[in-house]
Amino acid sequence: MHKGKGMKFVGDSRISADTKPNIPKDYSEYPGRTEAFWPNFLLKEWLVGAVFLVGFLCLTVAHPSPLEGMADPTNAGYIPLPDWYFLFLYELLKYDFASGPYVLFGIIVIPGLAFGGLLLAPFLDRGPGRRPHQRPIAVGMMLLGVASVVWLTYESSSHVDWEARAEANKPEPTVQVDIDKDDPGYAVFQDNCTSCHGDDLQGGASAPSLVGIDHSADEIKKIAQEGTGDMPPGIFKGSDEELQQLADFIVSVNEQAK
Amino acid sequence: MLQKMYDWIDERVDITPLWRDIADHEVPEHVNPAHHFSAFVYCFGGLTFFVTVIQILSGMFLTMYYVPDIENAWKSVYYLQTEVAHGQIVRGMHHWGASVVIVMLFLHTLRVFFQGAYKKPRELNWMVGVLLFFCMLGLGFTGYLLPWDNKAYFATQVGLDIAGQVPFIGDWIKTLLAGDVSIVGAQTLTRFFAIHVFFLPGALFALMAVHFLLIRKQGISGPL
Repeated sequence: MHKGKGMKFVGDSRISADTKPNIPKDYSEYPGRTEAFWPNFLLKEWLVGAVFLVGFLCLTVAHPSPLEGMADPTNAGYIPLPDWYFLFLYELLKYDFASGPYVLFGIIVIPGLAFGGLLLAPFLDRGPGRRPHQRPIAVGMMLLGVASVVWLTYESSSHVDWEARAEANKPEPTVQVDIDKDDPGYAVFQDNCTSCHGDDLQGGASAPSLVGIDHSADEIKKIAQEGTGDMPPGIFKGSDEELQQLADFIVSVNEQAK
Repeated sequence: MLQKMYDWIDERVDITPLWRDIADHEVPEHVNPAHHFSAFVYCFGGLTFFVTVIQILSGMFLTMYYVPDIENAWKSVYYLQTEVAHGQIVRGMHHWGASVVIVMLFLHTLRVFFQGAYKKPRELNWMVGVLLFFCMLGLGFTGYLLPWDNKAYFATQVGLDIAGQVPFIGDWIKTLLAGDVSIVGAQTLTRFFAIHVFFLPGALFALMAVHFLLIRKQGISGPL
């Protein structure tokens, strides 16, 4: 580096007026087949990154991220479950020696020893040897730790029926529809349909909700007369004009719900 | 043209040494999978960083729609998931990235551990790495609540109850995280959002900077 007298600066700044050569370092004298990160290694590394990204995006597209129904603090029957990488801690607290009167053992002593040991590993394993067989205690503890984490995670997750859980907690869009009870179709609806489909089209034990269906007016007319699924034919008793009013009414409610 | 623009900036700012400092470093033979396939174990750290970048970018896009409020949080996520173009993919990247980054961190930690790469003079970098691991777990814990669905709510309640059982400072930790000793509600959501989006990423970036500076300074540990 140029020092002392004769230094030239750009304007009144502290930037040296000499331009430094913009050339990569020479690694030919380094041991082995050392290469430069830029550009030699990066040109290969980006390929690994691209393959990884494609795999990652395939996972993302194949499995949309789950979303359960909106949080309901009054839902007393819900069995909580943390994300998978906390399952081992969660499972640990189910053992007798880590719960009830010994809960401090489960939440402080065991995780504290494990994670504290991990943090301070370089000071606990001080020997000069780096190969695993030269430090059997450190390697043994780590294997024990990894085995317990894997075992606890397995124990915790093997009893869970993930598909049933996802099915039972599916999000329901909260569609709010104002039902126009003065609509002539609603009167027809009351005469023919409410006993099964409910006052607000919400459905009941024997019939599904009529909000959020995807039928045209003609299809609704046909179903009202001929039935579908568990619904027997001939439930609708009225004139053709009333049938049309009913179908238009149900379609109008569903348009709102969209 | 580009060369002229570069020279114009370089003359005024002298960026060549800065940029050569970032670009110029050697990749020794024993960590290069092109020479020894088994050296792929050295990729886990880089892949962790790669997924972290994915998390930062996808998270930035998620906040364009997300509303940290108990009335609207779930609705905004549901809207993003069902109505927004590619919203499902962006949320999917953030959701799966959170899991993949833990897996990669775990593998990276095991590689460093079993190679004894944390031994003198690299003790400090190992500790920074373990702190990064804790940071990432904290991000996972706080991010889990944000969609405000049932699994998020009840898992967080369990987590906060566990924190509350810590002797002496349990209630204090719980209040700090949840905003109240017993209620998991509006304050909890905004606090978790702030922790997830500002506090922990800040700590993460600082620790990552130290982690990378130390690697550059000390070089990758030699072959076994």
